[in-house]
Amino acid sequence: MNFVALRMLTGDRAKYLGLIFAIAFSTFLLQNQTSIFAGILARTGSQIADVTDAEVWVMDPATQYFEETKALKDTDLLRIRGVAGVDYAVRLFKGLPVARTPAGRFSQAVVMGLDDATLIGAPRKMLMGSWERLREPNSIVIDKAGYLLLFPDEPLELERTLEMNDHLVRIVGISDASAPFASFPIMHARYSEAVNFQGRERSQMAFVLVRPQAGITPKEMSQRIEAETGLRARTRDEFRWDCIRYYLKHTGIPVNFGITIAIALIVGLVVSGQTFYLFTVENLKQFGALKAIGVTNWRLMGMILLQALTVGFIGYALGTGMAAAFFEITAHKIATRGIVLLWQNVVGVGVLMFLVVIGASLLSIRRVLVLEPATVFRG
Amino acid sequence: MNTISPTDTLAVQCQDVHKHFGEGDGRVQVLRGVNFEVSQGKLTFLVGPSGCGKTTLISVIAGLLDTSGGDVHLFGNNTEKQAPNERIDFRRRNLGFVFQQYNLLPALTAAENAAVPLLAAGMKRREAVDRARALLVKLGLEQRMNAYPSKLSGGQQQRVALARALVHEPRLIVCDEPTAALDHATGEAVMELLASSAVHPERAVIVVTHDNRVYHFADAIAHMDDGRITHTEQRN
Ligand SMILES: Nc1ncnc2c1ncn2[C@@H]1O[C@H](COP(=O)(O)OP(=O)(O)O)[C@@H](O)[C@H]1O
Ligand SMILES: [Mg+2]
Repeated sequence: MNFVALRMLTGDRAKYLGLIFAIAFSTFLLQNQTSIFAGILARTGSQIADVTDAEVWVMDPATQYFEETKALKDTDLLRIRGVAGVDYAVRLFKGLPVARTPAGRFSQAVVMGLDDATLIGAPRKMLMGSWERLREPNSIVIDKAGYLLLFPDEPLELERTLEMNDHLVRIVGISDASAPFASFPIMHARYSEAVNFQGRERSQMAFVLVRPQAGITPKEMSQRIEAETGLRARTRDEFRWDCIRYYLKHTGIPVNFGITIAIALIVGLVVSGQTFYLFTVENLKQFGALKAIGVTNWRLMGMILLQALTVGFIGYALGTGMAAAFFEITAHKIATRGIVLLWQNVVGVGVLMFLVVIGASLLSIRRVLVLEPATVFRG
Repeated sequence: MNTISPTDTLAVQCQDVHKHFGEGDGRVQVLRGVNFEVSQGKLTFLVGPSGCGKTTLISVIAGLLDTSGGDVHLFGNNTEKQAPNERIDFRRRNLGFVFQQYNLLPALTAAENAAVPLLAAGMKRREAVDRARALLVKLGLEQRMNAYPSKLSGGQQQRVALARALVHEPRLIVCDEPTAALDHATGEAVMELLASSAVHPERAVIVVTHDNRVYHFADAIAHMDDGRITHTEQRN
């Protein structure tokens, strides 16, 4: 009877394609929106993830997330170094100066000032030049996206100059830093130079980066630092999540995406669920005839489930293909780099669509089970 | 319970069968004590005015509806005493149906439609459709076996429905106004085919009809009025 079920399904071409379209469309929309949502949120802490030299971030207790920081005092650094188990602790400057090109283009930039002696926190993924050249005077490393923003349509090359607060700097390296939340260029420089890029504010020691000695976990380390200094210490992952949570709580991003995701869900649930249910209802006479002929309820349930799973699977596969194609294109674009289709979202949406399909078929099955076979004699 | 004794010549035996729908003010008493016997090897017509309960009676006989009182025996089995699954199984093996509105599945070809009772019994698709084809040839539809119902005339559709009722060689065939939707000549042809192909010494055929122009095919005619069988005339 399986082929009978499939023929019933495909026999009504318009409804069959409509069902597949509805499922494919909502699958695409859900995977697309949840992945972009996750990608954008992940960007809020991407500069934290890029620092692989240190596992613990220490900051003023008033600092809640990466973008907005309250400066630490120089004495804080000494106190942190005094905590037992600290292998090294180095300063990290974070500033938002305006960078200008000789051609007159300008943009606000995220500048990370690295400890002069160790250059801890330097970008490890270099496309051109090298981070060691930051030791040269008046040098910076800029990320590729930032470079293309300031020097549009020009080839990547070193030794170009930028001006920040009357300081002329040279580009000695081009990095592949992860995309930041705001699409500013990401620049790395030595601490002693970076503090001068911004003017007015003197010192801006936003963070102290700490590596614990062997045998001490980052979590233990951060707890010790917090206990002994009263500063805020977070492991790399904790701090990333702090940033994500901050944006979830204090911005319109979740609401915006929430609305789209809700619409996609409703389209998915209502349109595909409802269409499938109506499909069964319109075929009730056929199911009634099969019942009269002696097809068992189990068999009929199997037929409906097969129909539902078939359209569900085809629609889901098409939608996932569409989402994959979408991200294949956008993941290579500068503005949307790093935003990818996450397997978690593919699986999650798959489970969701499965539940929708099962829900719709349960409603359909109920209609067929309560159907009186004697109705086949009635016109 | 499920066995059929070959010595039983009575296919259907209804004793004081009652049936009503609804309760209270909405209660409709449709069958008011039906006594009715149908023999094997015969074409029995069930006739009577519209609304007198013919469809209800054959639904009860076919086990599609429960009685509200009285007994129905098919080949000596009281189907109402069977477990639900047993009853569906009994119906699948022993009954064939022809409906006024044909009730073919629009997405299946003529041959596939005729094969449905075999498929329901678990037969492989190829074998089931082959057997249905052989039967359709006998019923004069060899040119139309791969056609979909929407491409068939009413008479052709009813012949496919007849093949579907016969393909699994059931012991009892019930037909509800099989010619009502057809013009006279086509109805006559379908009835003739029914008489010649369905009737078999070990099978009973019950045909509900309004159409007195086809009475000459009947071996017996049961007259029904107001929820009772008033009299039965034997022919030939
Ligand atoms: N499910 C039902 N509920 C209520 N009344 C019904 C139902 N089925 C049939 N009836 C009533 O039973 C009577 C007999 O119907 P039916 O058996 O179809 O008669 P016939 O086939 O002789 O025309 C009619 O009055 C009809 O309205
Ligand atoms: Mg009727």
